[in-house]
Amino acid sequence: MAVIKKKKDKALPAVNTSALPDIVFMLLFFFMVATVMREVDLKVSVNKPQATEIQKLERKSLVTYIYAGSPRAKYQDKFGKTPRIQLNDAFASIDDLQPFVVQEREAKAEEDRPMMTMSIKADKTVKMGLISDIKLELRKAQAYKINYSSLQPKDAEALYSADN
Amino acid sequence: MARNKRAIPEINAGSMADIAFLLLIFYLVTTTMDTDKGINRKLPPIEDELVQDPPPIKERNIFTVLVNSNDQLLVEDEYLEINELRAKAMEFIDNNGDGSCEYCKGYGVSSSSDNPVKAVISLQNDRGTSYGMYVKVQNELVAAYEDLRERYAEEEYGRSYRGMDPEEDEEIIKEIKNAYQQKISEAEPLNIGG
Repeated sequence: MAVIKKKKDKALPAVNTSALPDIVFMLLFFFMVATVMREVDLKVSVNKPQATEIQKLERKSLVTYIYAGSPRAKYQDKFGKTPRIQLNDAFASIDDLQPFVVQEREAKAEEDRPMMTMSIKADKTVKMGLISDIKLELRKAQAYKINYSSLQPKDAEALYSADN
Repeated sequence: MARNKRAIPEINAGSMADIAFLLLIFYLVTTTMDTDKGINRKLPPIEDELVQDPPPIKERNIFTVLVNSNDQLLVEDEYLEINELRAKAMEFIDNNGDGSCEYCKGYGVSSSSDNPVKAVISLQNDRGTSYGMYVKVQNELVAAYEDLRERYAEEEYGRSYRGMDPEEDEEIIKEIKNAYQQKISEAEPLNIGG
């Protein structure tokens, strides 16, 4: 009986938190290694299409992105709703594309230049007219390697559904 | 002397966790975990002078896919749903009309392709076609080739083509790709459905 009484009196010992910094550091290192800094501030809304035959883009330093889609809500009063191209941080016209590609190519190491890939990140509602114009400009700029940025669908049903 | 004897006071590490937390939160916020994936394609170079006499391709060796501005498909003059496209394309590539392809399983129909090497898929879309539909069609056509390659790899090597290591199995992959060469030709888009 005396033993039980003694237990009731004792206060809960404090939780040992000395391993907390170690855990936090572990998480920190994980994120530091896995992180890719967000490079651009997206001004167009991009809802990527879905596809199954997709390949991972290796070596991000060789990839240049071209965004296409309707301007986001906060830019709509200025730029309207017609789909536009975004290069780096600004809206661009189709004529800016060729100098942009040349400039991007110049910025890369000489041996990497042939491996440069243009990743087209376009909204699925964008009409092919715009995409075809982009493709024609890329051909003119001799950037032949392209990638249609897509998402992996959850299942086959999602792939064939009408709203994809 | 007295100085040397004095023990160095321990650094207070109590705030280390706070600093680490701060950094952790910074990286958590700025990180983007999505890996970029997509369909790889190669654009054709612009030719200054059109080739005078393009080598003739027999009509039976061309598989025409048309997409209109309402995202409807017309495949070989026939209205088709997107989920039927893959099987149809595979049937065309694998047809083996002239009997020269030993690994093909096609029906050898006289109106379809001679062999996979000669078979060409011609894709034409309208300027009003949605990009989503275009990617879907591209995906199905690429998938048709990939499925055939997969089958070939299973039969010849008893292995999965998609599971092969690009460096280790370079030769095998090359051979499989050669067996079913991807030939998708894209025409300039039309502008009908505005």
